[in-house]
Amino acid sequence: MLFKTKSFDDAPVVLSIEDLTVRLSGVNDTVRPVLDRISFQIRAGETVCLVGESGSGKSVTSLATMGLLPKGALEVSNGRIMLGETNLLSLSAGQMRDMRARNLSMVFQEPMTALNPVMRVGAQIEEVLDTHMRLSKKEKKARVLDIMEQVHLPDVERIYRSFPHQLSGGQRQRIMIAMALILEPKLLIADEPTTALDVTTQRQILSLIAELQEKHGTAVLFITHDMGVVAEIADTVQVMKHGELVERAPVETLLRNPQEDYTKSLLRAVPSLTPRPERVSKPPKGGPALSVEDLNKTYGSSGWFVNRSTTLAARDVSFDIPAGRTLGIVGESGSGKSTVARCIMRLIDPTEGSVRVAGTEIARLSRADLRPHRKHIQIVFQDPFRSLNPRWTVGRSLVEGPLNLGQDKASAMARARELMALVGLPEDAVDRYPHQFSGGQRQRIAIARAIAMEPDVLVADEAVSALDVSVQAQVLDLLDELQQKLGIAILFITHDLRVAAQICDEVIVMQKGRVVEHGKAGAVLADPQHPYTRSLIEAAPGRAWDFANFRELGALAAQ
Amino acid sequence: MLGYILKRLLAVVPVIVFVAIFVFLLLRLTPGDPAAIIAGDAATPAQLEKIRASLGLSEPILVQFATWIGHLVRGDLGISLISNIPVTELIGQRIWPTINIALLTICLSVLIAVPMGVIAAWKHRTWADYAVMTFSVLGFSVPVFVIGYIFIQVFSIQLRWLPVQGYTAPGDDFGKFLSRAILPCLTLATIYVALIARMTRASMLEVLGEDFIRTARAKGVGETLVLFRHALRNAAVPILTIIGTGFALLISGVVVTESVFNIPGIGRLTVDAILARDYPVIQAMILLTSAIYVFINLMIDVAYSLIDPRIRY
Amino acid sequence: MSDAMTPASRLQPVLGLLSLPGQMRRLGGGPMIAALVLVLIVIAAIFAPLYIPHDPLTINATQRLKGPSEMFPLGTDAFGRDLFSRVVMGARVSLFIGVGAAVVSVALGLAIGLVSGFFRLADAIIMRFMDALMAIPSILLAIALVALNGPSLWSVIAAITLPEIPRVVRLVRSVVLSVREEPYVEAAISLGSSMPKILWQHLMPNTLAPLTVQGTYICASAILTEAILSFLGAGVSTEIPTWGNIMAEGRVYFQIKPSLIFWPGLMLSLCILSINLLGDTARDLLDPRLRKREG
Repeated sequence: MLFKTKSFDDAPVVLSIEDLTVRLSGVNDTVRPVLDRISFQIRAGETVCLVGESGSGKSVTSLATMGLLPKGALEVSNGRIMLGETNLLSLSAGQMRDMRARNLSMVFQEPMTALNPVMRVGAQIEEVLDTHMRLSKKEKKARVLDIMEQVHLPDVERIYRSFPHQLSGGQRQRIMIAMALILEPKLLIADEPTTALDVTTQRQILSLIAELQEKHGTAVLFITHDMGVVAEIADTVQVMKHGELVERAPVETLLRNPQEDYTKSLLRAVPSLTPRPERVSKPPKGGPALSVEDLNKTYGSSGWFVNRSTTLAARDVSFDIPAGRTLGIVGESGSGKSTVARCIMRLIDPTEGSVRVAGTEIARLSRADLRPHRKHIQIVFQDPFRSLNPRWTVGRSLVEGPLNLGQDKASAMARARELMALVGLPEDAVDRYPHQFSGGQRQRIAIARAIAMEPDVLVADEAVSALDVSVQAQVLDLLDELQQKLGIAILFITHDLRVAAQICDEVIVMQKGRVVEHGKAGAVLADPQHPYTRSLIEAAPGRAWDFANFRELGALAAQ
Repeated sequence: MLGYILKRLLAVVPVIVFVAIFVFLLLRLTPGDPAAIIAGDAATPAQLEKIRASLGLSEPILVQFATWIGHLVRGDLGISLISNIPVTELIGQRIWPTINIALLTICLSVLIAVPMGVIAAWKHRTWADYAVMTFSVLGFSVPVFVIGYIFIQVFSIQLRWLPVQGYTAPGDDFGKFLSRAILPCLTLATIYVALIARMTRASMLEVLGEDFIRTARAKGVGETLVLFRHALRNAAVPILTIIGTGFALLISGVVVTESVFNIPGIGRLTVDAILARDYPVIQAMILLTSAIYVFINLMIDVAYSLIDPRIRY
Repeated sequence: MSDAMTPASRLQPVLGLLSLPGQMRRLGGGPMIAALVLVLIVIAAIFAPLYIPHDPLTINATQRLKGPSEMFPLGTDAFGRDLFSRVVMGARVSLFIGVGAAVVSVALGLAIGLVSGFFRLADAIIMRFMDALMAIPSILLAIALVALNGPSLWSVIAAITLPEIPRVVRLVRSVVLSVREEPYVEAAISLGSSMPKILWQHLMPNTLAPLTVQGTYICASAILTEAILSFLGAGVSTEIPTWGNIMAEGRVYFQIKPSLIFWPGLMLSLCILSINLLGDTARDLLDPRLRKREG
């Protein structure tokens, strides 16, 4: 693993934050501040990564610097933010507006919503020029096209006239970067700019930022939760927790030799790209728990008047999962992996093909005939905040399925309490409501609800993607433990190769609705055959580093 | 774009058909003899017979419907039972005062209400916001005719600034038209302004919380441009929608206002027809106003696609 | 990603709690006064027969258009009937119509909306029909219905209720359509719950908050519509005093005796204002996101 090692000691300080404290508006000093006396500096050309889990205050730091804290919700109560010789906090609203884009810029996380949907993107970039300088129409357009070239957008004349919804996520993020850098600011703040993007796009955007930084000598404050990204791009890393700076070090030092316990625990929770060792015990005899054959799903048919083109969301997907084993479907957005999961669950109807669960063919059953067979296959969704009915107690959610199967309420409730213990929650959790739990706890409840049906197959659709890494690791452990106890088969849908490596026995790689590779997890991840799989693995940030053991991957083997 | 308009147009057809069926059945499904309902209790058998004949009530119901639709398609709306004038002619005589007042009201309302709503959203939770909201709740709560009478009492009777009632065509004497139209328009506009201002505020508040507004601010764009260039255009679809659906309110308002201010428009015509049970006129008026409503909302649908490029498909 | 949320939205639960007392303060006296006014009007209306000084229907030719006096607190109308007694008794009819129209339209709209939101086949037909109903201006439809069916109380309620139904249906349907995409509904499907059960237990409760708000607005608008119908001469029979009837009869004498319109108009406006204010308060408290579904 090659880390950045350049020293910036001689470079001028661009941003210096001193004792920055941010509080909730209208709250007195006894309440813990959102940011507690943060101090750090960024030098010209340097990339400082701010890492931390949700709620650590890293985004608040960036918004405070931009002067964009939500009005009436958060306010700076102490400290200075020095950009060069100017204290940004002492500027008037008008002066601060003048600084933005010219001296400091920001790129946000969600490229899908960060651009005005009703304005052409060219005009949106031009607006930066209109706001800060006077140029003729011709000069303006020339400069906009130039920066669009610099961010490597194809066919710039066409994209100049496009609306945001006509562009891909990666292209929109390039537009955002073009907008941020057109006036060559001294400081670029990037708040999780690649989190919403696929890995291959993420890789391109990261190298684009690095390239432009090099070219213009920009200082970059990069906010991320992803240690892989940190390893790729950081010069200096700062770890944040609950509004405080925990540790600051050059990237290699921090990853090789973390000092603080919190930093160590963060690093240990990063799942390794090395696949789990193959299980020695043979899966139990009998047919597979889930068997899918030539599954096809096409969307959109010809309408009355217009012949809409049909999209092939999934094509000829076939696999078996034996009891007690986990199969992962890996792919980027639009690969069809979730479509497959939803077809198997019969939340949508497959166009063709066969789905056999516990020996029964369910792909063609009517909704009513299907109901008794639902018990055999259960699902856990991605978003822990929406997968439980907020009006129901946890207990009521847990017994919904068993009651449908005809179980009596008392025994179902008793079982629900046992299940709470099984997933590591207190038994009295059944009397509480979902909003009283954290995301990770809710995901445990959702798992318990699925397990209550005693299914043969559990489908986990990006079930850990919305969780912080440390919580993610715990939930993965829980799934593993349940599988060993109950012998369920798991179909694990994920976009994250690291997660797949940790939990899957077998892996399917999907691209544009097709299966491009299918094999043992170890084989697929260590020796990918298909170019797409290879590109996916190569795009995984920090793939040569073993975060959990603070050293290069394979160092153990070399010893 | 053309495909979109075509699609919207096609979607309008079943609505109009349903309205036509509904209007047709309104009289026929009312319990009792339709002719007796129309003629009233003191009708002679000869009068009843005349009504039956002119509405074709003795035919089987499907034949009646077919005849009626056939006439309708040719633009024949029947003949008034009271004045014996063809309904189309009656409407032609009375429609201009209504159109003039309505257009003036719509322009006035939009010009007042949209800035009100924008300011309320921008100055959220300040006195300006509360003032707009208070006005809006009041506008919903005071009946149109009470507002009309208050205006007459204050501006015409007490202050003697404006004439009490009546109407002059703008072609005859534009000054007189304005002086007589201003109170009816303000009366009508109250509820419309309340409605639009409220929706503008709600829609703006929502848009002001969007990511791209933060992006615009991060670019250093000034507040006025953020509000009008970035936010208002994105907030426009619900505002336009409410202007369209609020048009139904405007029609109700017109009926009342024309009575209060003694304006010889189609609102008065309708009320008179209903009170006299002049069925062909009632039918025609419901059909006409529904068609106008549908047409206006069609125009608004088309306007969406001009405002929001994502709707062009 | 939980980090995907903006800092502001991540702070939302916290901020929500912190600002709750602030919110109550912001609501201020308005809703309290509104509630008080409404309670007073309701009590006054219920017990009206016990305390009104005159029979509201007794005609007294010698006391026509009298000003306020000890005998007639608000004066008399063109038939010498006591205005005060008539206004108070009018409240009974107006409130009854308001509540009746709200309850009936919400109940019917809920049933139709649930069906429409969940069964695609029914949806297409129901919604076209509702569109047509929406296209007919409600006042015209109502006066036509009353003119044809006679000026009974029930036909007025029916005439006011019918045009309100499509709005309720649309509201319920929009809630159902958005909630049925929620993972917890999909989870219920996976757990083998039947459609009627999902409809009733998972989806229906989500409509209650918006329906409460909508019902309040319908109540207010029904009272208003009744007044307009009466004013146009197409309302409840003039033998029954309603606020609209009193004002309709007072129209002719407006220039000589404005109080014939002023008092019932004031009561009507106060009553509707209070109901609307309570509706707004309910909306703010129950679900701030409701603003989206308005209109």
